[in-house]
Amino acid sequence: MRVPLSWLRELVELPAGEGGRAVAERLVRAGLEVESVTRVGQVSGPLVVGEVLELIEEPQRNGKTIRWCQVRVAHADGPSGPAVRGIVCGAHNFAVADRVVVALPGTVLPGGFEITARKTYGHVSDGMICSVRELGIGEEHSGILVLDPDAPVGADAAGLLGLDDEVLDLAVTPDRGYCLSVRGVAREVATAYDVGLRDPVTSAALPPGASLSGGYPVEVADPEGCTSFVAVTVSGFDPAAPSPDWLVHRISAAGMRSISLAVDVTNYVMLELGQPLHAYDSERLRGPIVVRRARPGERLVTLDDVERVLDPGDLLITDSSGPIGLAGVMGGASTEITERTRTIVVESAHFSAAGIARTSRRHRLGSEASRRFERGVDPTMQLAAAVRAAGLLARLGGGTVHPQVSVVGAPPAAVAIEIDPDLPARVIGRELTSGQVIATLRAVGAEVIQLGARLSVSPPPWRPDLSDPYDLVEEVARLVGYDTIPSVLPVAPPGRGLTPAQRRRRAVGRALAAAGFVEAPSYPFVGPADHDALGLPGDDPRRRTLQLANPIADTAPQLRTTLLPGLLATARRNIGRGAGDVALFEQGLVLSPTQPGAVAPRPAVTGRPATAELEALYTAVPDQPQHVGLVAAGAAERSGWWGPGRPVSWADAVAAARTVLAAAGVPEAAVVVRAARLMPWHPGRCAALAVRTPDGDELAVGHAGELHPRVVAAYGLPERAVAAELDLDAAGRASLEVVPAPRVSTYPVATQDVALVVGQDVPVAEVSAALVEGAGELLEQVRLFDVYTGEQVPAGHRSLAFTLRMRAVDRTLTVEEATAVRDAAVAEAARRTGASLRRS
Amino acid sequence: MSAPNSDFDPVEVSPLHAENVAAARDAALAAIAAARSLEQLKEVRLAHAGDRSPLALANREIGALPPAARAEAGKRVGASRSAVAQALATRQAELEAERDASVLVEESVDVTLPWDRRPTGARHPLTTLSERIADIFVAMGWEVAEGPEVEADWFNFDALNISPEHPARAETDTFYVTSPDSGLVLRTHTSPVQVRSLLQRDLPVYVICPGRVFRTDELDATHTPVFHQVEGLAVDEGLTMAHLKGTLDHFAERMFGPGLATRLRPSYFPFTEPSAEMDLQCFVCRGASVGDPANPCRTCSSEGWIEWGGCGMVNPRVLRACGVDPDRYTGFAFGMGIERALMFRHGVADMRDMVEGDVRFALAFGMEV
Repeated sequence: MRVPLSWLRELVELPAGEGGRAVAERLVRAGLEVESVTRVGQVSGPLVVGEVLELIEEPQRNGKTIRWCQVRVAHADGPSGPAVRGIVCGAHNFAVADRVVVALPGTVLPGGFEITARKTYGHVSDGMICSVRELGIGEEHSGILVLDPDAPVGADAAGLLGLDDEVLDLAVTPDRGYCLSVRGVAREVATAYDVGLRDPVTSAALPPGASLSGGYPVEVADPEGCTSFVAVTVSGFDPAAPSPDWLVHRISAAGMRSISLAVDVTNYVMLELGQPLHAYDSERLRGPIVVRRARPGERLVTLDDVERVLDPGDLLITDSSGPIGLAGVMGGASTEITERTRTIVVESAHFSAAGIARTSRRHRLGSEASRRFERGVDPTMQLAAAVRAAGLLARLGGGTVHPQVSVVGAPPAAVAIEIDPDLPARVIGRELTSGQVIATLRAVGAEVIQLGARLSVSPPPWRPDLSDPYDLVEEVARLVGYDTIPSVLPVAPPGRGLTPAQRRRRAVGRALAAAGFVEAPSYPFVGPADHDALGLPGDDPRRRTLQLANPIADTAPQLRTTLLPGLLATARRNIGRGAGDVALFEQGLVLSPTQPGAVAPRPAVTGRPATAELEALYTAVPDQPQHVGLVAAGAAERSGWWGPGRPVSWADAVAAARTVLAAAGVPEAAVVVRAARLMPWHPGRCAALAVRTPDGDELAVGHAGELHPRVVAAYGLPERAVAAELDLDAAGRASLEVVPAPRVSTYPVATQDVALVVGQDVPVAEVSAALVEGAGELLEQVRLFDVYTGEQVPAGHRSLAFTLRMRAVDRTLTVEEATAVRDAAVAEAARRTGASLRRS
Repeated sequence: MSAPNSDFDPVEVSPLHAENVAAARDAALAAIAAARSLEQLKEVRLAHAGDRSPLALANREIGALPPAARAEAGKRVGASRSAVAQALATRQAELEAERDASVLVEESVDVTLPWDRRPTGARHPLTTLSERIADIFVAMGWEVAEGPEVEADWFNFDALNISPEHPARAETDTFYVTSPDSGLVLRTHTSPVQVRSLLQRDLPVYVICPGRVFRTDELDATHTPVFHQVEGLAVDEGLTMAHLKGTLDHFAERMFGPGLATRLRPSYFPFTEPSAEMDLQCFVCRGASVGDPANPCRTCSSEGWIEWGGCGMVNPRVLRACGVDPDRYTGFAFGMGIERALMFRHGVADMRDMVEGDVRFALAFGMEV
């Protein structure tokens, strides 16, 4: 809402000399958001009213015709120059005797454009005749601004045009609909300065001899949607009458465009009072105005020339021809005021906020009117606003206001709120006497009656937002000033600290960063193209996701079920920006692949929802597990003065996945790694990771390995890029709250090496698991130190060399004991995997 | 240990003759002085101070002397042995010093050689800043509460006093899932976590809720459709706006430095009443730049205050929707954007730097902020 300071001054006795910034500061303290304070005109210097005495049209060789004008800019010659000046002008929309705005030499116009006397087209032009655009008060190119004929010659045009005015631009929050009017803002200013308010509503009276019946016929079929409807008729209106300068300047300073006198007047009254109005051409109306809900299939062409299919929920203004307006949102084209309109019916109605909000949203159509109705309009001022508009129309456009006025409906009675006078102090946390509370509420415009120990407060009709005691507390708080609230630190009861899941997430982030990965969170928006790039088959569960109704990009309308698309795109971006090697990770929520169907209920908000409703709410929200994903490409170790580097390999991804699980508190022994085939991984270089919970359940947690070459190519990554993705929530179920301590033996270690020949397809993990179990508790560690294939072992086999480290807690193992352990280990490996001891 | 001596007459034993002892000592001292390296000295030690060295043998014979002769012989041999031992130690120290001065110096390297063999990692400052904020509150006994990002409309709006027709709902630029009828949205703020906390926890509740939120803004230098918030909620008996102010002041001090204050300005949010915008006193200029064009402050644009977030007393309607008796309990809530905090705390100029995942950005912050 843009409010000219001059307009405010008309309604509030502001201290003389009080500038826009000072007023803005007071309003901010009272809780209004003032976004800016601007001067209307950026003009300085001698800008005066001139009268065109004579003009000579002079055609030029370039095809243009200029006018050589003699303009009176003062009554007599003076020290600043002659009273009549010769001025060259290129525009043609003015005539002899017109009053115009003259920028004399020394004037600086918007944009720092300084006027000097200069030679042009064979004359010395001693100033400039200005257009609206040059003055910075409008965008019209049409030509010279011609003033009212009674503008005094030689007068300061800046003051006359309101160019010295300031405009406060307020961001109005949804609870303060009344501040979408000069009247409402003026009330806040009056309260802030503790000065009187000249309320334009009380000063508008019915015309003498008026009667509240016999006006243009109106029926309201939906009194809930339309609580009151007033129609006032003005006849004999001169459609050619222009809007006077003051009106044009005022509404343009308030941010609206001047269109025609009739439209300008309805806008002016709306800006002043906050009551949206509509003007109909009476001759284009057919039969009585009926306010009703739309019927299925009805259509309406609104003033913006869009044909709209109406919904039975829409409230309409109709006549016998059908719909003529979307109530409270926008009028229809068929009854619009035209340049021939002589009889005007002014509509001033009150519509329910919720209904207008729904219609406005349904048709994606917002207007100055709907903004105000949605936030609540004073339900008592329709008649006053209609009469004020009709009076202005008659005064400025000729014609007469019909004494018969149609008034349908009555404003609802104010509902009093009972409040304990101690409540504001209890909520705000500072002392307040009940006298202070009563005084502030009265300043807001409320009627306050004492009912024993309690107060009965009737809010003013323009404050529909005040409906419960806390609304009143807020009014008291903001008017006594938030800066008067003391600062007291509350003491919370002792808390439990971070949860295991929260600690796990931090530990995983630190571990991956320490392992050389950089955290790179990405957007969760994906599309089919991402799943195609990952090579996911058509029936892959990761393609089953939720769709956004209004995505940012049409190519990414879905929610992620995997972190990899974002990570791979980020890796590509980094490489595109010149990073040679990248190692990235992200921790975040993904959507668990879901079946569509569940609809979240919408319980009432008057109390805690029933258990069944809450259950339905919780289950309608899809599972969103916490994942951790990582991608690496390029070198795992760089080459340098120390020697050659090492490219990233599938094993780095599996190692990083193990790092994640270790950081998440999963014991190494509870991690299970198996070969897997799953896109987007290389079919021979993909590991499935699972964890064993303390209860013995095995849970799949994710995959790690080298990416499929097609995926690497699709994302333009360096060859052999790797990735991993794990479900941290699942991994957490295998993390130990309490780790049992090992016995640390101080006896010497017994070490024996074994080389086992196994079939090519036997995974090392199975062989070492067999060794561990076969060896029993004397085995401290088993470590693979070599893998050999070649002439020494049969074809289709390989030799795995392990070191077994054995130790007892209570004695030094003898060679015989150690050998027995080794033999038992080998025997178990042989039994499970067919391994045979390799004799060298 | 000396063995019983029965094979020969001790009187005949020559090693104990004074001249022999002196000769053995002098030979040892000469050999020690002549040793040119630690290896040579080791051999000298073996030859002249080892178990089979003349002085050691002489020492062994002392026990065989008649008691009257033992004292003198003992003194003579002992003095010689200790002279040798001392010379050995001195020479050892000399030679070690020589070795340190030559050999270890030759082994010296250029310690300024870079060692970037393994790439460095980093955590994202949005994560570490969220954690830091959470820690400030956890230290006061608050708990970190979290919730889903795809959220039921009811938690995101209805329960927070934002009915379907509420003008605030149109203003929040919500991402709707599939169709508005699904009842699911991408949460537009972390406030639904407050509702879940009140429904699921026992009172009193003191929780801090960091998380990712979504609005339909295009990405540019100052907007991102996906961003992070942190919200606090306290519901207890007797809480007032003064407690809200006290909590914010404490938070500001812990985050930005001692003595910094916050300022509340009246505002509107459907889920709080009274509501306020919260400003943070500029932690760089502390207001000194206001009205001083010669020393402008880039952090606060010479306003003295930085807009930090929104807050207020929990609207009783929200308490009621969560089954909390507003006549007995009151509460306060506050919320702020992490991106915004990172921007003004660290001078981040462009929102895109925080969301594009360029490793150069996160690497500059390392492991903590």
